[in-house]
This record gives sequence, C-alpha cells and structure tokens, in this order.
Amino acid sequence: MRDGEPLVRWVWIGDHVGELAHYTGVHLRLGLLPVLFGLIISVPLGMLCHRYRWVYPPTLTTANVLYSIPSLALFMIFVRYTGLTERTVMIPLTLYTLSVLIPNVVDGLASVPDPVRQAATAMGFSTVRRVVQVELPIAVPVVVAGVRVAAVSSISLVAVGQLIGQGGLGYYITRGLQLDFPTPIITATVLIMLLALVTDALLVLAQRLLTPWARGKGAKA
Amino acid sequence: MNDLLNQIELVGDWLTSSQQWHGDDGIPHRLAEHLTYSGLSLLFATLIGLAFGLLVGHTGRGAFAVATVANLARAIPTFGLVVLVVTLAGLSTTPVLVALVALAVPPILINTFEGVRGVDPDARDAAKGMGMTGWEVLLKVEVPMALPLILLGLRVAAIQVVATATVAAYPGLGGLGRFIVDGLSRNDYQLVIGGSAVVVALALVVQAVFTALRRAVVSPGLRPTAAKP
Repeated sequence: MRDGEPLVRWVWIGDHVGELAHYTGVHLRLGLLPVLFGLIISVPLGMLCHRYRWVYPPTLTTANVLYSIPSLALFMIFVRYTGLTERTVMIPLTLYTLSVLIPNVVDGLASVPDPVRQAATAMGFSTVRRVVQVELPIAVPVVVAGVRVAAVSSISLVAVGQLIGQGGLGYYITRGLQLDFPTPIITATVLIMLLALVTDALLVLAQRLLTPWARGKGAKA
Repeated sequence: MNDLLNQIELVGDWLTSSQQWHGDDGIPHRLAEHLTYSGLSLLFATLIGLAFGLLVGHTGRGAFAVATVANLARAIPTFGLVVLVVTLAGLSTTPVLVALVALAVPPILINTFEGVRGVDPDARDAAKGMGMTGWEVLLKVEVPMALPLILLGLRVAAIQVVATATVAAYPGLGGLGRFIVDGLSRNDYQLVIGGSAVVVALALVVQAVFTALRRAVVSPGLRPTAAKP
C-alpha cells in the first residue's frame, strides 16, 4: 500500500455506488443460481437415493470427488467448453452444491417418522402425493440447513471466478490489487460477506414460513 | 470424447516433459510451496478448531457463539482476504496463512463441537459414575465417540485448504496455482490444464489419506452408526 493512503477512501465508495450495485447483482446471480440448479438436481436424486439405498454410496462419492476439485482448476477445465462466460463459473459452483445438498435431502427424508408415512398411505395418498405433500415438507429443516451452507460458500467462491473474468464483486478484488488500492478490495470483501449473511438470514426466514408447525414449540431454527 | 482424450494427452505431455521437474518453476518446488502453505494453515486451524470445539462441546457453554463465529467465517471470501492482506502487509507467507486458517477453522470447529455434543448422555453419565474426571471423560469417552465427525471436519477443511491455496498464486505467492495463473496470462492452455491436473491429484490424495485414517483410528464399535462419509 502507498504511504498516506487511508484504509478506506469513503469518497471512492460514494462515487461508485451505481457500479457497485451492478456488480452486486451479477454476484448474486452467479452465486445463487447454482444453488437453485443444485437443488433442482439434488431433490430428485436424493429421493432416488432414499428409495434405492444402493444408489446412494456411488452418488455421494461422485459428488465428494467433484467437491474435492479446486474451484480454480474446475473453472479452467470448463473454459475449454464454455469459454470465458458466466456458465463457466456457474456449472462448477452447481456441482459443488451437490456434495452438501444430496446428503441433506437423503437425511431429511430419513427423518420422516415411519408412522407419519404409514398414516399418509393409510389415508389413501399415492406415493407421489405422499412424497410431495408429506415427506418433503417434513424434510424441509434438514434440506434448508444444507441450502444455507451451499449458498454461503457459493457466494464467497464466486470471487475466484474473476480469474477468468467472471467474478461479480471479485472484479474489485483484482482491480484493487492491480492499482495497489485497498478500498475496492475491502468494499468487495465486506459486501460479499454481507450478501452471504443476508442470504443466510433470509433462508432461515423462509424455513420458518415453510414449516409453520415447527413454530412455538421451541424447535431449533 | 475425442476432446477429452486430447486434453489427457496434453496433460500427459506436460507432466512428462523434463523441464517440469526442475528448478523454481518445476512441479516439485511448487508442490512443496503448496504443501507448506496448506500444512501450516491446517495445523493452526486444527489447534484452534479442536481446542474451542472440545471446550464448548464438553462444557456446553458458548454454543451460540461458536455457531455465529463459524457462520461468519464461512462467509469470508478467501480470495478477497488473501489479496487484501497482501495489499496491506506486503508479499509474504502470512496473508496466505491468515486466509487459509480462517477458511479451515469453521468446519473443524463445528464438527468437533457437534461430535462432542452428540455423544450419548448415558455414556457420559456412566463414565462419570465410574469416577472419571472431566478430562478423562473428554479424552476417553467423548473424543473417541466424536472421532468420525471430527475427522470429517478435518477432511473438509484439508480439501478446502488444498483447493483454495491455489488462489495464493494470483498475488504472486507461488504454490501450484502458479501454473494456472501463469498459463492463463500467457494463454498457454497446456500449462493451465496441467497445473489443474496436479491440484486435482493432490486433492484426491488428501481425500484418500483421510479415508485411510478413518479406518485406522475410529473404533470398530462405532462404525455402523458413524457419521456419513
């Protein structure tokens, strides 16, 4: 850092509000769409793993191996196929969410008490209706716990995508280093943390709204 | 499919060319840098995470604080933190270590805490009834029973650290990420994909080491109910 440079130049932030808002929007899109895609893949896969237990170990191992591939490396492997585009960031982030979401969907479904399942069947629910209307809602707390972890890590990982030019707020991190100017780096880092924490809080809220029966019983959030 | 074979061939050529195996820009040197960063940060993170996780899990006090701190730490973008510390403190190993420790503590802390807290209260009571002191209960009952979860936390932390240490190369700190960052700026795809392959291989080795460790140290009596892999 240059001598005499303040840690944060507030004027800079004031001058860049519009631009910061734009990159924040991009960042949210890059970070959260993968969680949504991950959920769309994990719910049916998790249901499959719950129903046919032998599917579970190989599925989970695959997801774990994908998770162990460093994001930077995975981005690079996809550059070849999808170019320097947003997809190159979002596909690996989607794959990462699977290692948290699939086990949580399976555990969530496993947490449905057997009597509940039997009662639904006895009431004449078809399998599909039972899963959608009874089992999945009961699994919500465990699934949301996974979504929270996936969303928070996804949002903070987006910044690495800046190395291939698609990193949302990560733009300010590389920019600040090039200019030897800490303000954009600090601003971006703090904004990314805020996005992650606000998203987390909203997910807790969503869970409360989705599981009205759990309220007032002192159930864990 | 053909393209995949081409990529594998590209990586193979890169790995087998002798210039990759000598000097400051060779794989052994970069790997050593990478392992130094990862190993040191994992060591510090383990000391911090285990100590606090065991303390809070054993005493039951401060559970809320642990959850909050771990959640906050998970939200820190490691890339931002590395670059920020480099800008503020200059180029040295410290920025990498600070950022990687911050990354690795949450999974270790949370899993240790959950593992100890989840120990069957009957087992704990029985140990106390046998006249064990607090330390004995912790070391002879709670830690062994929490071991599957503790190891899971360590494994997640280790893999994240090995993977994330690659970003240290961006501000010029070496490690295996060097190949990827250099390859990218020189438009040398072979270098990029070759470097990535080495990192992936390292991550898979870490995964395998933890699987073996788990088999070796977790009590056989705990295996059927052990936490998910």
